[in-house]
Amino acid sequence: MKKIKAVLRFSPELVEEPVIYALITGYGLRVNILRAAIDTGKQGRMVVDLEGDSQNLDQGLAYLDRLGVEVQSLSTQIGRAEEACTSCTACIPHCPTGALNVDRQATWKVGFDADRCIVCLSCVEVCISKAMTVGENSQRTD
Amino acid sequence: MAKTIEQINEKIANGSVVVLTAEEIITAVREQGLAKTARTVDVVTTGTFSPMCSSGAFLNIKQPSEKMKLGGGFAFLNGVPAYAGLAAADIYIGATALPDKDPRNGNGRPGRFAYGGAHVIAELAAGQKVTLRAGAYGTDCYPCKQRGQQIGLEDTNDAFLFNPRNGYQNYNVAVNLSDRPIYTYMGKLNPNLGNANYCSAGQLSPLFNDPYFRTIGVGTRVWLAGAQGYVVRHGTQHNPAPPRHDNGTPLVAAGNLALIGDLKQMDPHWLKPVSFTGYGVTLSLGLGVAIPMVDEQMVRHVAVTDDDLLAPVVDYSRYYPYGQGEPILGRVSYAQLKSGKIRIRGKDVPTGSFSSLAGARQIACLLKEQIQCGRFSLAQAQQPLPSNGPDQEVPS
Repeated sequence: MKKIKAVLRFSPELVEEPVIYALITGYGLRVNILRAAIDTGKQGRMVVDLEGDSQNLDQGLAYLDRLGVEVQSLSTQIGRAEEACTSCTACIPHCPTGALNVDRQATWKVGFDADRCIVCLSCVEVCISKAMTVGENSQRTD
Repeated sequence: MAKTIEQINEKIANGSVVVLTAEEIITAVREQGLAKTARTVDVVTTGTFSPMCSSGAFLNIKQPSEKMKLGGGFAFLNGVPAYAGLAAADIYIGATALPDKDPRNGNGRPGRFAYGGAHVIAELAAGQKVTLRAGAYGTDCYPCKQRGQQIGLEDTNDAFLFNPRNGYQNYNVAVNLSDRPIYTYMGKLNPNLGNANYCSAGQLSPLFNDPYFRTIGVGTRVWLAGAQGYVVRHGTQHNPAPPRHDNGTPLVAAGNLALIGDLKQMDPHWLKPVSFTGYGVTLSLGLGVAIPMVDEQMVRHVAVTDDDLLAPVVDYSRYYPYGQGEPILGRVSYAQLKSGKIRIRGKDVPTGSFSSLAGARQIACLLKEQIQCGRFSLAQAQQPLPSNGPDQEVPS
């Protein structure tokens, strides 16, 4: 089995194609949609985990390529330099998945759950302490 | 029964002082009532750890054997310009100063502002050396015209923060009503009320706990980034007569403090350089103020809760920069802000803060411990800060 995390970008003429359906039924892939957005009249964007046996995954990716879906593998990952973070919470409203979270009941410390991170980079831009770092993903299972 | 600061200091000296933080006092008053709490509690500690742009450091740099007159010349520290219009060896490095060649907002992208005056100050506080590059015109008594060397705090005779405006009493909640993201000193604001940013510790914040400055004045000793500093004046833009809540706290950004403190005594943990994308560099600074419980009225003030502290919601796309549109979109409590979302114009808007509540709490606790073990005593204010308060008279 092989798993990748990727951003899929759809041009306006592709947004109505049942692409995910095809990946599941045609290639037997497990698809986990982490985030999806379509801008009106513009391109669509989806962040997904794609999992399947190596050959099916490659064929699924080739299908996306033929169709014209741009696939950006998330080879980067976000880290957090804990000593730099002051737990100010400026990042919290910008994190779309709750990967960055704050314990409002007790400590008010900001926590980071890397498994929920979709590498949108929003936090990197808004962190005033420059505590969020961009690095190579070493956890890829390929 | 009223207590004097002198009496409280005696209790600090003999170890019998009773200190609570501004959060703990709320529970105490709820459980024991005002009168009993006023009798038993002597001091309440407050704290804030937050960006404070009007901060900077005076440095008096030791002279080399061939002396140099920096006054009227120029000085850079790690490429960041310092003000040199003083005597021969004094310079001032402001927290927001930027290197000349910083790309800032180049190429249509919001600048990252990765380095500035606050970074220089933090590096000095952490015991690191910075590069001084200075030039002067040279005189008979100060012949040296150029200087380039590594300096640390040990190469200064004096190094102290002198901040014209710190510790704001309340602040705006910033939102964006426009249809594009904006980059402000209140952070990135997403379009169409995408997020709301605030900047106060609320019920822990020093000046919210003494709304009329009955005890905080010129000469008050404060905890400033771990060192003992002082209030030297009301800060710049101090507003003594804001609209107020029934409990006396201001409904808008109002009072603030001009502070001084010895950089050589400070803990670098509480001096953090920060970069606001698309705006600039500033310094997050830790401040703690101990408030003496001189009478029941002071206990009433420090017992104020986040539910009863209100902040104005302001549009930073049009009203703040251009003075156009509605001045205040509404008022929200710090309890609502700290819940993670507020409601504006029928929409739930997620909130974020630049003031670290975790840091504010830690400072209030550190100051409490210092008072309990006799390392921090109270200083009687010599001059009240301007206020339209009903009762500035403090028992003496």
